[in-house]
Amino acid sequence: MTYGACDVLNISVRRILLTLTLTLCTAWTHAGEWKSLLEDGIHDPAGPAIGILQQPAEALGILPPDVTGNKVRWRKALEDGYINPRASLAPDTRIRQLDTNILMRNTGDLPYVLFPHKPHTEWLDCSNCHERIFKSKTGATPMTMLAILNGQYCGQCHGAVAFPLTECGRCHSVPATEAGNAASVR
Amino acid sequence: MSSGNRFFNYRRPCAGLTLALMILGLTLASDDSRAEYGDIVINNFSEQAGMAPVIFPHWFHRIRYRCKVCHGDLGFQFQAGGNKIDMLKIIEGEYCGACHNGEVAWPVDNCNLCHSGKPGTPTQVHESTLQKLLVPAGGTGSTQGATKK
Ligand code: HEC
Ligand code: HEC
Ligand code: HEC
Ligand code: HEC
Ligand code: HEC
Ligand code: HEC
Repeated sequence: MTYGACDVLNISVRRILLTLTLTLCTAWTHAGEWKSLLEDGIHDPAGPAIGILQQPAEALGILPPDVTGNKVRWRKALEDGYINPRASLAPDTRIRQLDTNILMRNTGDLPYVLFPHKPHTEWLDCSNCHERIFKSKTGATPMTMLAILNGQYCGQCHGAVAFPLTECGRCHSVPATEAGNAASVR
Repeated sequence: MSSGNRFFNYRRPCAGLTLALMILGLTLASDDSRAEYGDIVINNFSEQAGMAPVIFPHWFHRIRYRCKVCHGDLGFQFQAGGNKIDMLKIIEGEYCGACHNGEVAWPVDNCNLCHSGKPGTPTQVHESTLQKLLVPAGGTGSTQGATKK
């Protein structure tokens, strides 16, 4: 194959990308305070709800810390029993869980992605992901990072409510040399 | 299919550049004046009807309920503003009204606790990756959100 203009661009782009990744992973560690509702930019500071609503710092400050998002490591908060959110309103609701990992290898130069069903099905029902976002068949869902950054696939939740996409390493967690011990591989 | 050996396997020309620029956008996105991550502003109808925009705090609710309660059992779609919620549905026990009925949680007469948004704030999920990317470098999500449409 011959190189076109975009290939040349992509070579330097790849370098930039990797550098940025490193910068991001360090720069994003400014663990900090939670903004008061008064100055969060979306609540009406003059409205009657301020003073009644709970301040994020009060609720989130006692949970396992993270460097990003809500500054809470939600997976740990749940698994270690800091919180015990209800899984249903009606007592007879069927709670479905699954504990399998899927290794995703279409990651260019970056480490492979390990998708764990367990922490997801603790929070979510199968129907939240299958079949609308993901097919229940390893490799059947075509994904790219661009689409994910665009709010599709993993990006529907990661980047909106679950830990944000700036945490590359939390998804890209398996070096290519360690591949091979997941339930299924794509 | 080869797996990611030749750069990024992009189907679109120069998509690698786009990806890098998007991530650059993320790094540059300014960090001050941010609402809590995951806060949703819903303003399809509120201001038109003379009420302040609604703010739904994910952080507050996920301490008490798993995602599946709302996004599975109660049928909330994953899209800010996408459920076309209105007061009739709420009073009839749908959406927020499945809980804010005076039994599970405090009832609907506390209008101001839900309708607590700053005037002019459009429907959005606050601090989403997408929102950051749409904000010009150096701008902030929330000041952008607060300017009129
Ligand atoms: C699955 C149940 C459930 C649903 C659905 C729900 N809420 Fe709540 N909400 C609660 C509970 C429980 C509380 C806490 C009540 C208490 O403290 O007495 C609460 C509290 C709140 C608060 C106050 C938070 C604070 O700082 O004290 C707001 C605002 C709110 N809900 C908005 C909404 C909106 C808007 C919707 C719909 C888009 C909604 N809720 C849907 C259960 C729910
Ligand atoms: C957070 C999203 C999410 C949730 C929730 C989820 N899955 Fe998956 N599931 C995935 C992804 C991603 C894949 C891989 C799809 C691909 O490679 O195209 C997958 C793959 C699968 C596969 C194929 C695995 C294989 O070995 O081929 C099965 C079966 C499956 N899921 C069942 C379930 C069941 C049952 C539940 C509920 C208990 C569930 N999933 C909940 C995201 C999810
Ligand atoms: C929420 C999980 C998640 C996060 C966070 C994440 N990625 Fe990915 N990434 C994926 C998945 C899934 C794929 C596709 C893997 C596959 O198809 O086998 C992917 C693929 C890629 C690829 C391969 C080329 C492409 O476009 O598909 C690159 C490069 C990449 N990611 C870079 C990054 C960088 C840089 C970051 C941090 C800014 C990042 N990713 C954060 C899940 C994630
Ligand atoms: C429907 C929403 C949703 C989708 C889609 C989704 N996730 Fe998640 N993910 C979550 C939630 C919720 C958690 C719990 C932790 C949190 O909230 O930050 C989580 C946790 C994780 C964790 C564990 C993080 C830790 O703290 O150890 C990984 C890894 C992960 N997701 C990867 C992925 C990848 C890769 C994809 C796409 C293939 C994906 N997720 C798609 C909602 C989602
Ligand atoms: C539990 C949260 C909650 C409470 C409490 C609440 N609302 Fe709403 N309200 C909403 C949501 C969510 C919407 C949809 C917002 C949008 O799209 O603009 C809405 C929309 C509205 C609308 C516009 C749509 C319509 O139905 O006409 C009006 C007017 C309104 N509310 C008035 C009120 C009044 C008056 C009260 C107090 C009696 C009240 N609301 C209490 C959540 C709430
Ligand atoms: C108490 C109910 C409730 C719970 C619990 C809840 N959500 Fe939501 N979620 C909502 C509401 C309400 C919206 C906004 C819908 C609208 O505006 O019509 C929303 C919107 C979303 C969106 C769409 C954001 C966008 O990009 O537009 C995502 C993604 C999401 N939630 C993920 C989650 C995840 C992941 C969890 C669990 C960690 C969760 N939610 C828990 C009520 C809930």
